[in-house]
Amino acid sequence: MGRSLLDKVWDLHTVGELSGGQTQLFVGLHLIHEVTSPQAFAALDQQKLRVRFPERTFATADHIVPTDSSARPLQDALAEAMLARLEQNCRAHAIQFFDHASGRQGIVHVIGPELGLSQPGITIACGDSHTSTHGAFGAIAFGIGTSQVRDVLASQCMAVRRPRVRRIEVSGALSAGVYAKDVILSIIRRLGVKGGIGFAYEYGGDVIDAMSMEERLTVCNMSVEGGARVGYVNPDERTFDYLRAREFAPKGAAYERARVWWTSIASDPDAQYDDRIALAGEEIAPTVTWGINPGQNAAVHERVPSVDRVSIEERAGVEEALAHMQLRSGDPIAGIPIDVAFIGSCTNSRISDLREAARVAEMGHVATGVRALVVPGSQEVFRQAESEGLHEVFRSAGFEWREPGCSMCLAMNPDKLVGKEMCASSSNRNFKGRQGSPTGRTLLMSPAMVAAAALRGQVTDVREIL
Amino acid sequence: MGSDPVVRVSGRGCVLRTHDIDTDRIIPARFMRQVTFEGLEKYLFVDDRAQAKGEHPLDDERFEGASILVVGRNFGCGSSREHAPQSLMRHGFRAFVGESFAEIFLGNCVALGLPCVTLEPADLGTLMDSIDLEPAQEIAVDLERQCVRCRVGTFAAQQAEDARSRLLDGTWDATGVLLEAGDAIESTAAGLPYIEGF
Repeated sequence: MGRSLLDKVWDLHTVGELSGGQTQLFVGLHLIHEVTSPQAFAALDQQKLRVRFPERTFATADHIVPTDSSARPLQDALAEAMLARLEQNCRAHAIQFFDHASGRQGIVHVIGPELGLSQPGITIACGDSHTSTHGAFGAIAFGIGTSQVRDVLASQCMAVRRPRVRRIEVSGALSAGVYAKDVILSIIRRLGVKGGIGFAYEYGGDVIDAMSMEERLTVCNMSVEGGARVGYVNPDERTFDYLRAREFAPKGAAYERARVWWTSIASDPDAQYDDRIALAGEEIAPTVTWGINPGQNAAVHERVPSVDRVSIEERAGVEEALAHMQLRSGDPIAGIPIDVAFIGSCTNSRISDLREAARVAEMGHVATGVRALVVPGSQEVFRQAESEGLHEVFRSAGFEWREPGCSMCLAMNPDKLVGKEMCASSSNRNFKGRQGSPTGRTLLMSPAMVAAAALRGQVTDVREIL
Repeated sequence: MGSDPVVRVSGRGCVLRTHDIDTDRIIPARFMRQVTFEGLEKYLFVDDRAQAKGEHPLDDERFEGASILVVGRNFGCGSSREHAPQSLMRHGFRAFVGESFAEIFLGNCVALGLPCVTLEPADLGTLMDSIDLEPAQEIAVDLERQCVRCRVGTFAAQQAEDARSRLLDGTWDATGVLLEAGDAIESTAAGLPYIEGF
């Protein structure tokens, strides 16, 4: 009987079985940031424990960093204290910290891949739910809480239950103007925001095979929005090519040996899955959320659903969503007016995202009254975009060009919505209050769709512009 | 290791009927700009409560002092922030009963010694109605017998076996348990080709 990638990686990383059926799993790569690590280090110090494998933990600062000025001390004293504590902890425990001065700072889920730290067949943990992102390489990557950050620092292990595996096959091809973001939003709409609880999602099929690594990162990133803590794609030539010459990836003869192992770790053709789901790529359209969770979405040519037509189970949620969003059943999705456009986040702030958004931005100018921000995912993305002149494209179209960070995805820095502003956002969560204003409203969509909305001042089918 | 067994939690209940409550709502990100968990209870559901203008269950004096929070489905979805269970715990909640829980939230709760148990939807509805009618009654979440008791009856409760045994054994604080593996950690690492760079 064939085995899935998850089966193989799980067995290789199992240190032992714990009571109640949990596994003690070795963590190959641990990524930390300023928000969820300080309390973990404090607990470690209190228990007089050391970091067991300091060379397997890497740090960066992303959530609280301002995107207009990185000058120290940071203007926000609370943010400065968090950054200083991370520096202190990394120094005390000999952990490599990719800070602003290193030139390698960025959103943790952007820099892991670009530095070649995220590799096939490894286990990854990070105190951030979007750690599922790294599954794009064929890694098994878990978002963890602070207690588990402490566990990993102390033991390089986590106590975790083996998930079941659901194979999600996206067949055919995507049409122009349809992106990875639309694929994952469609999957979440189909399976629901809790459909993935207890599952790891394995994405495959022609559409996924044809995707670039950056597109696969977008898909895996939002697995957790569908309830699946882990999502992954089997490694292939595209994965291996991406890793070639990355800073922390193996080089020369070691790279060749690694390729052999990476190939062997992929799911067998006859692998057994606990569940299988199929979607047709041709049926996926540019998608936009209308509600307060990522599953509440529709194709851009559709309408906000009628409360009477959803299941009784969903009704209260839809009513709450429409009240918050100030939308009515039957309103067309296209044409919803926006106040803010945000291009960024661990979902969609990579160079290919910025290129697609710039293609649209080039076709016009940000509409009067719309505030538009482009926040690259890392210093590397920032430099690459500037070398291609994308920053000039954005600026001359009326977008603000910012420095890297999580920014308005979760508004822990000064980038926030104000009052009831409606934001077209390339991020991952449209939860109430997520973007910094309790009454702020978020419409999730692809970066190209955000750019289109910015130009027209309302939700727009990007295919009309391209 | 070093943590106390959690066998049974009893106290008054508080009912939160909304489904899909995410951790951003439990504790908005802007209140996480600190290096400890201290004082987080002040910001528990802060935006929802402000918008409800006193009508939020947490501000309902009938539920004052409740230690068991009864919720709907997919409670705690979204961000992995342990600030969410920390703020609930610091407010006084010691156990959660619901239709379903998001995975990372549930794991974070276990790591703090807070059980999350699920009931069949019909039973959950009955429990919620009962608490609403008689908020002063004592609710018991019994891990050993795998049930939730209230004045109108006893309901079979489900809980993942690993969470249940870690709470019952008092091994919910995992660090000690993981360190017991000793050299097996290094020998597992030694079997992985990437550890030494292939």
